Amino acid sequence: MTQMTSTIPISEQTEAPWVLPNRGIIGMVCLIVAESAIFIIFVVAYIYYMGKSLSGPLPGQVLELPILGTICLLSSSFTVHDAVSALRKGNIRRCTLALAATILLGAIFLMTTAQEWYHLIHDVGLTIRTNLFGTTFYSLVGLHATHVVIGLMMLMIALGLTLGGRVTEAHSERLEVLSLYWHFVDGVWVVVFLVVYVLGR
Amino acid sequence: MANATPVLEAIDQTLEQHRRPPMEVVYEWVSTVDHKKIGLMYIAYALIFLVIAGLEAILIRIQLAVPNNHFVSPQVFNRLFTMHGTTMVFFVGMPILFGFGNYLVPLMIGARDMAFPRLNAFSFWISAFGGLLLYFSYLGGDGLYGAGSAPDVGWFAYAPLTAKVFSPGHSTDYWTLAILLSGIGTTGTAVNIVTTAICMRCKGMKMSRMPLFVWLMLVTSCMVFVAVSPLTAAQIMLTLDRYIGSHFFDTQAGGSAVLWMHFFWIFGHPEVYILVLPAFGFVNEIIPVFSRKAIFGYPAMVAASVGIGFISLSVWAHHMFTVGMGPAGNTLFVFSTMVISVPTGIKIFNWLATLWGGKILFTVPMMFCIAFLFQFLIAGLTGIMLSAAPFNWQLSASYFVIAHFHYVLVGAIVTALFGAFYYWYPKVTGRMMSDTLGKWHFWLFIIGFHLTFDFMHIPGLMGMPRRVYTYEAGRGWESWNLIVGIGALFQAAGVLIFVYNLVRSYYRGEIAGHDPWDAWTLEWATPSPPPSYNFAVEPTVGSRRPLWDLKHPEDPDSSYE
Repeated sequence: MTQMTSTIPISEQTEAPWVLPNRGIIGMVCLIVAESAIFIIFVVAYIYYMGKSLSGPLPGQVLELPILGTICLLSSSFTVHDAVSALRKGNIRRCTLALAATILLGAIFLMTTAQEWYHLIHDVGLTIRTNLFGTTFYSLVGLHATHVVIGLMMLMIALGLTLGGRVTEAHSERLEVLSLYWHFVDGVWVVVFLVVYVLGR
Repeated sequence: MANATPVLEAIDQTLEQHRRPPMEVVYEWVSTVDHKKIGLMYIAYALIFLVIAGLEAILIRIQLAVPNNHFVSPQVFNRLFTMHGTTMVFFVGMPILFGFGNYLVPLMIGARDMAFPRLNAFSFWISAFGGLLLYFSYLGGDGLYGAGSAPDVGWFAYAPLTAKVFSPGHSTDYWTLAILLSGIGTTGTAVNIVTTAICMRCKGMKMSRMPLFVWLMLVTSCMVFVAVSPLTAAQIMLTLDRYIGSHFFDTQAGGSAVLWMHFFWIFGHPEVYILVLPAFGFVNEIIPVFSRKAIFGYPAMVAASVGIGFISLSVWAHHMFTVGMGPAGNTLFVFSTMVISVPTGIKIFNWLATLWGGKILFTVPMMFCIAFLFQFLIAGLTGIMLSAAPFNWQLSASYFVIAHFHYVLVGAIVTALFGAFYYWYPKVTGRMMSDTLGKWHFWLFIIGFHLTFDFMHIPGLMGMPRRVYTYEAGRGWESWNLIVGIGALFQAAGVLIFVYNLVRSYYRGEIAGHDPWDAWTLEWATPSPPPSYNFAVEPTVGSRRPLWDLKHPEDPDSSYE
């Protein structure tokens, strides 16, 4: 083969339209898979240490079902979905309202967690150092709450941009990426709720 | 089907290098988001750590060369093997393979950059910071307790040795944080590579036409999500234990040391495959080019890679046969470990079938690949031996295990890596590496490798445990350990020649041209070194070997698809 000048294969023939998936969505799916693995390890630790605490208090004695927080967080999945579909249709006003509602619901959830922790630490005297229940409970619920905080911050940025008039229909795929993350945070809560508050009690 | 584009001649004139002030060059590299520059920084940083961790290995071998030796103190010896293992896995193996992935994946699929260039730069710098943090422990590890300097808990850091009570000082914290950061960086890069391979392919580059190296980087990156994340989670737990007094691995409060073992090896065993799959990728690209044949059994290769990816997630507890998991657990892990040799065997047969009847050219990269084939086979065979639980009970934590996994890591991965260096160096620098020096490197390194790791099996079979500081004379271990030490020196000489070759060829090497090996994948369609935009026009491909189609319009692959 003689040396050729720089050559790049270019085909004249036209293939079927060349469409590839949105990279934001694929990237977020990858992140969710990686984060799920982290959560699985914390859930496994929680289940593995269930009933192995050498001293009290035990979950059955001190935990109460976080009904309000759960309802708020799960319904925020619907509002964030609504925000995305409104933006896709170009309804900026509705999108803004739905985003604000999502943030409000998420904030209520965080408040209920904060109240629960205050009660446990202040009144019951259960800290992360007390026993294996404290260790696994605070780390698992805390890891989830951290994700809620991160999600809320990103939602607030999105809301700020929407209020500033910077968001148009063209950004609906980006908001969808964020909504995927928020759905994931909700899904994790379902697992945490079942493991910690239903199975663990 | 395709035609050359003379317009490129004009565009590529921008490649002319001008002398610039050094600060400007430094600024360009520090602030770059170009996947090629980031890939090269990954490789350079890994090579520096390769030399450091290699020197640590040589110190270990000097200490063990003769019985009753006191070349280093026992404390220093513990630090040496911990740092050697941690550095080699997290700060040599991972970054060098992801460096190659960064450099090559976009070029091979005809993309202009990775999917997320800024995330790419972030991942690199956070990993690099992790490595620096690990070595900063030599200065900062004393902490308030004045105890310890570098980490000395072993590379898998079993609980409860890592608890604050047993490892006071900050050395273990440096270990934890370094690995946590490297894990974050690795996950970021893996997200990037998967997204790039799925979303950035050029026109016509279907998944079924992707070069096998890209496929293997894709599988490796997917494994990173599910294998590295558990380690990140376990490191978070360990940090909580050490800093705010939680009890995950605190056996005094009911915590379990075995849980750490599970968490570590859920990461630890897939990690071996995370490291070896890119090495398979190199071999998949190099062997066909120097056999002058298309790869044999492309779909089987892809299926075997994906199969290895899945099965490797279910084998971790073969590191733990001695903890007493009971017959059911043992049987499961014996079985899954033996099953993984099936897809691996498929790969070896496919490589042999590619060589079969080919017009084999014994260039330096090809020589390394042939050595890889033999050495990887032996590494796999000792792996099957160790997968049998009763055999494993006898030899767990002996030098036989050390010899086995170094056969994989050095005999397979490092050997394939050297081949990759010789193969892609002309693309990266525009110059060929010296053939003579390459052959010296090859023979010194291979002789050294076999002296070290063939003979390391024997003291293992004779009962020499890993991590011993020294040993009594008269157990029959002395001469074997001496031979192993001499082999290490041969390997070091080989690596020195390699580094010299890298530097010398950069200035004096033959000019390579854009396609010195007459290869077939898209990276060889660009000038060497490729411009920052990679492709002046977006390529279109019609088969797995686009450049073959271009060079052989009379008989293109695309006509057979």
